[in-house]
Amino acid sequence: MENRLVVTASPHIVDNSSTRKLMGNVVLALLPCVIASALIFGARALLVIGVTTAACVGFEYLYTRLMKKPNPVGDLSAVITGIILALNLPVSIPLWIAIVGAFISIVIAKQLFGGIGFNFVNPALVGRIVLFTGFAPRMTTWTYPAKSQEVLTSIDAVASATPLQAVDANGTSLLSQYPLMDLFLGVHGGVLGETCALAILIGFVWLLVTRTISAAIPVTYLATVAVISALVGEPVLAQLLSGGLLFGAVFMATDYVTSPFTLKGKIVFGLGLGIITCGIRFWGNMAEGVSYAILFMNLLVPYINDLTRQKPLGAKKKGASKA
Amino acid sequence: MFKKLKRAALGASVPHEKATAAMQTVKMPVPGKVVLPMQQHIGEPCTPVVKKGDTVLVGTLVGKANGAVSANIYSGVSGTVSAIETVRASSGAMVPAVVITPDGNQTVDSAVKAPVVTDKASFLAAVQDCGLVGLGGAGFPTAVKLNVPSGVDTVVINAAECEPYLAADTREMLENGDSILAGIRAVMKYLAIKNCVVGIENNKPECIETMTRLLKAEAGVTVKTLPSRYPQGAEKVLIEKTTGREVPQGGLPSDVGVVVLNVTTVSVIGKFLATGMPLTTKRVTVAGDAVQNPQNVEVIIGTPANEVLAFCGLKQDVPVAKLISGGPMMGVALPDFEHPVVKQTNGLLALSAKAAAKPDMGPCIRCGRCIDACPLGLAPVQIAGAFNKKDVEALNKLCVDLCMMCGTCSYVCPAKRPVTQVMSLAKNFAKKEAQK
Repeated sequence: MENRLVVTASPHIVDNSSTRKLMGNVVLALLPCVIASALIFGARALLVIGVTTAACVGFEYLYTRLMKKPNPVGDLSAVITGIILALNLPVSIPLWIAIVGAFISIVIAKQLFGGIGFNFVNPALVGRIVLFTGFAPRMTTWTYPAKSQEVLTSIDAVASATPLQAVDANGTSLLSQYPLMDLFLGVHGGVLGETCALAILIGFVWLLVTRTISAAIPVTYLATVAVISALVGEPVLAQLLSGGLLFGAVFMATDYVTSPFTLKGKIVFGLGLGIITCGIRFWGNMAEGVSYAILFMNLLVPYINDLTRQKPLGAKKKGASKA
Repeated sequence: MFKKLKRAALGASVPHEKATAAMQTVKMPVPGKVVLPMQQHIGEPCTPVVKKGDTVLVGTLVGKANGAVSANIYSGVSGTVSAIETVRASSGAMVPAVVITPDGNQTVDSAVKAPVVTDKASFLAAVQDCGLVGLGGAGFPTAVKLNVPSGVDTVVINAAECEPYLAADTREMLENGDSILAGIRAVMKYLAIKNCVVGIENNKPECIETMTRLLKAEAGVTVKTLPSRYPQGAEKVLIEKTTGREVPQGGLPSDVGVVVLNVTTVSVIGKFLATGMPLTTKRVTVAGDAVQNPQNVEVIIGTPANEVLAFCGLKQDVPVAKLISGGPMMGVALPDFEHPVVKQTNGLLALSAKAAAKPDMGPCIRCGRCIDACPLGLAPVQIAGAFNKKDVEALNKLCVDLCMMCGTCSYVCPAKRPVTQVMSLAKNFAKKEAQK
């Protein structure tokens, strides 16, 4: 009994959760989308995902090395950013553009603001938006699975497009005529990860089962889009299954740092996402609104957090505690 | 659903580790030395009323309560006072202590006789004479607590025992049900309280069954099963779970008509009224992976921890790296093995280096788990942010003063940050700023 004792503040035990495990669960949840993208768009999908992910991890390592900060690569968050960014790119993307995207995501959107926990917008989302703005033609050079070519021809679409962009000679949306099963399985044009609803839902279930995320944001987001679509007479299921909505709702709107803390906050966040997405899709001049909706709501998170705080047990009414 | 919108308050699903819950309490023999620090409660330290060379008996007063908030300290052994020295209390403060060398005869002081109790005043005097303090760990003098204003209509018995490892209260319920019943009856009778709720976590089905059987014929007394989510036994949480009432910020349970007593505390009241033997022994759960025979031991108060550990045996090949007085969530890490068992000690956990090791901390990922888990619905991550900016106004808005250091936020943090410590620093900072 002569040995010295460790004296630390309580609690003396902690649970077995870790940042790495949480992030690892997200990586696992993304795998069905990775597999689906390879099946739908071919093996080059894996090359794009591999290069983008490696670039993200590489930039994270190089930047923190240069800044003499601790090496954060083990927390796997850069891996997630890499996979999500890649899944937001079309299969035909030149690899150097993917690497530019990785630089923007990791260095500009994440590390310059302090790294994990400090980025105020989703890094992969910033990468996606910058690439779509800066390299528009290459980012929208869709590669179509054979099946979708037949479908587009059969519904008389005038140009090759994603289901959300498909229009007839008069410019009327053909989304309602697109076969729902094709939308669900993802055999149509689009970026790598967003097309296959089935794969996204498998990932969503995994995230819920492992309690990595709460269902509040995706559910309110999707429900809001469904309700608004129904109100304005858009095809509800087709709206839910097309574009980046499902992928964005499950993987990008639920990023911890850039989404609100409390259940109330998450519901407000989901509502806002749904309203903005529908606003852009139905009344804006873009077919897709998910990225900008998430970006915009990301910026509001600090305010949502302050306005949707929990009421502590026994707390005095607002303002009274100042006295 | 609507309640969840107001406050998630999930708590933490801590491991139970209550292997000793099924074991009969073992009485430890008289130790070689008894050290009685003059502060074993919240409030003013006691004044020693014995001096070196004095003979004391079992039940002899050695420390007299000082001021309004204090509790007498009695000897648990017969023997000779060998020294009055200064020791470090588990709070870190230096306090005088009476050191007694037992003679092994355990002769009982003739002053020990059952008190005559007829009304509230004589009841409170008896509780004061018992030297009783809150035995759940806080150590607030019970006589002060029981001096309740007239509006109190409910006594809540805290039998949650939500800390991992600890089974001292569990054994009290299984072994001394009659004392608990007598204590509850006395409290309800003399304080004119009509209702009593006994809150027990659902990981103790035997206790729930025993207490329900024991109390079913009692008017106004009910047993409430609580979920096993730490910290059900936190006073404000327990009151809300058992009565639906919320203790107001800065207020006391009596503000909502409630007084809370730990189940062992109420049992000691029952015993004292029958025998007049003050609080001189304590059941302590001795556990941890460095202990050879984990068990519940009835220890004479003042017994040094090393004697208790020697009684239970320490594993030869597992050196003790950390010694905790209390449970692993809120217990205090002791700096040395000589630290005596005091009134509030309900556990002694001897942990190996492996069990005591904590993973390295990483940056906060703002996952919000601390907010979901906080039993009081506080926002630790935001409080930490406001504290970093030394923003007192924000800290007050975030109700940092409500924090009770239960450790839940640190426990659930995936980045393994010392959130509870930051909460403690923030709370003290806001308090100091308010006094300026």
